Amino acid sequence: MNDWPGLDDFLRTDPQDVGCDQAMEMLHVYVELVAAGAPAEQRYPGIAAHLRACGPCGEDFEGLLAAVRGEPD
Amino acid sequence: MAMMPVNRRADETPVTAAGLDPESAWWLGVLAETGPRQEAALARLHELLVRIARAEARRRGPRVRITGPELDDLACQAAADALMAIIGKLGQFRGESRFTTWACKFAIFEVSAKIGRHFWRHPAVPLDAEDWNRLPDRFGFEPARESEWRDLLAALRRAVDDELTARQREVFVAIVLNGVPLDTLVIKLGSNRNAIYKVLFDARRKLRAALVAGGYLGHDTAGR
Repeated sequence: MNDWPGLDDFLRTDPQDVGCDQAMEMLHVYVELVAAGAPAEQRYPGIAAHLRACGPCGEDFEGLLAAVRGEPD
Repeated sequence: MAMMPVNRRADETPVTAAGLDPESAWWLGVLAETGPRQEAALARLHELLVRIARAEARRRGPRVRITGPELDDLACQAAADALMAIIGKLGQFRGESRFTTWACKFAIFEVSAKIGRHFWRHPAVPLDAEDWNRLPDRFGFEPARESEWRDLLAALRRAVDDELTARQREVFVAIVLNGVPLDTLVIKLGSNRNAIYKVLFDARRKLRAALVAGGYLGHDTAGR
């Protein structure tokens, strides 16, 4: 039963979520995996869970990914 | 986004740091020197950070309602602070990514922090009022089902009052009811992002459990 998906998704917590500190510590590594098309979510499921749930860290992820994709190799 | 090349000297000064790509090794080697080569490298790194911070500020600008010289000033300050952070943490770079990716991370973090500080100085909403009226829009409740979601919101409000600690309630009200950016709340409470996120994480878990117990939300199901 899930009549209220928006609220349910917000309240639902993932026990794999590593929190902001660990996710940001490894953000540069995670971003390079994503940019390279590697299975970052499988390698770092706790970071993936966190980035889905944490707006500010998700924003930082998007920003660094854009930076990496804009920079020449 | 047109970017200037930043990694053109990787072959000039190979550094034998184990496991590093040549470009990252060059950065680490030259930044550890003293003299004009280090100064030139610092200038180039600063140039890169300014470019990244400006791009990031522009990316976020429309949503955070900061424009023009104020946005550019924010980006330049972020780049300067990022450079200081990088210099102070050079020994922490472990070569798990390119050096420039690691360095750009600090520019992104500084832009985040400065936007949070901007909202702290210019709050768009009261930081501690309770605005329950924003929840139907935020969670996509349909007007046609108002009688149902009014019951749900009443239950949520009871759970906020009865189940949460004072700190959890304060964080929930600020972020969820009032739309205060988490990074702004961090400044108000003199805390850090991880700690505030953890408080909200625990609040979310408690509130969901209460709504499940009351029959308003379903139990956890696999595959969601």
